[in-house]
Amino acid sequence: MAAIHITVGQVAATLALVAVAVAVSAWQRAGLERDIGIAVVRSFIQLTAIGYVIDVIFEQDNLWFVAALLAAMVLFGAFTARSRARKVPGAFWPLLIALAVAGATTLGLVLALGVFDPEARYLVPVGGMVIGNAMTAAAVALNRLGDDVADSANEIEATLALGATSAQAIRPVVRRSLRSGMIPLIDSTKTTGLIFFPGTMVGMLLAGAAPVDAVRLQLVLLYVLLGSVSVGALTSVLLAYRNFFTRAQQLRELPA
Amino acid sequence: MLEELTFGISEGTTCIAGPSGAGKSTLLRLFNRLSDPAGGTVRYRGRDVRDYDVLALRREVGLVPQLPALLNGTVEMNVSFGARLAGEAADVATALRLAGLDETFADRPAGRLSVGEQQRVMLARALALQPKVLLLDEPTAALDERSKAAVERTLLDLRERLSLSVVFVTHELAQAERLADRIVWLERGRLSRGPATVPS
Repeated sequence: MAAIHITVGQVAATLALVAVAVAVSAWQRAGLERDIGIAVVRSFIQLTAIGYVIDVIFEQDNLWFVAALLAAMVLFGAFTARSRARKVPGAFWPLLIALAVAGATTLGLVLALGVFDPEARYLVPVGGMVIGNAMTAAAVALNRLGDDVADSANEIEATLALGATSAQAIRPVVRRSLRSGMIPLIDSTKTTGLIFFPGTMVGMLLAGAAPVDAVRLQLVLLYVLLGSVSVGALTSVLLAYRNFFTRAQQLRELPA
Repeated sequence: MLEELTFGISEGTTCIAGPSGAGKSTLLRLFNRLSDPAGGTVRYRGRDVRDYDVLALRREVGLVPQLPALLNGTVEMNVSFGARLAGEAADVATALRLAGLDETFADRPAGRLSVGEQQRVMLARALALQPKVLLLDEPTAALDERSKAAVERTLLDLRERLSLSVVFVTHELAQAERLADRIVWLERGRLSRGPATVPS
């Protein structure tokens, strides 16, 4: 495979497209110029920094370093997702555990099945995708959970009044939250190749790989992501819903 | 919200009356532990309600909320829901009849019923658990005059047929007098009068 080399000049040249985005925003008074600027600067700094970190980790090829980097991603992911789940009391721990479980189970399964070798060059990028997608799914699921518990408080309490446990009373809400968390990835998996080319495949094609190889790797990743997204959404919702109830199976009063 | 409240309720039909915001619904929720008081105790048959298994207590002291909140599915599924949770079979036909609905309702989707019919299904699903006490939060507030009169007749009928104690909340004094053996008046979280026996 012929490796491709991108110069700093080539990266700088693409700023012309950023200028187009800023111009569109300014012309239509969308007020996004500042956000675009922040996004560009942050992406540059974050990706450059992670590039150096990954460089070091690839050189060391030490699995402990890989584990530490993935743990940091889980921690950062839980913090990020928590801000989307403000209506869920104590959302941080459920998210942290959900991302850790999603990352560990999917990577563990992929390694056990022999899909990838236990090397930094596989584990770091795949782990990043797994944790990132699990984070998005868990954040969407908990966001829905928080809204839905507030909207369905009457139904939940009416069910509790019949002698239902909190788990039984919230089951329809849990089901809807899980669907919300998982549907975006399922939909994009359905349309993949028709409407958009996923990133991994694009990257491999650009790097000169044979299309069949690019497609197979992309399929592996899509299926791995489906697994991680379901584990992440399920774990976060099943842990987080408990925070809405007291030990006496009462729905806590929700903050207004 | 509720303060310095001390009173007892004996068997029969008791009404908790008072203006909006008096704390009537809050009081009702304490009886089956949907809420717990910040201080003080609520006793049922002489024992602190917190000493009962909460799920068993809620089956014995059933509550029908003010607004209907049925599950997606048929009327039968809704009426048998509480009993199924307890691992028991429900006599759906009897529960429907006691709530003033005929058996043909069993197969109808709950979402397509009128508010009055939904309220009766809520009543039927509480009755299906064969409770000893029934707590009704403004049972007719969401209903028009005709449905209201029908629900009142059903409640009077229940009293005749079952050895069931009923505690219901209303802001309407006339209704309290029509239905209750005794009335407790609440105002701004405090007992303002009662319990007083309604002369029959």
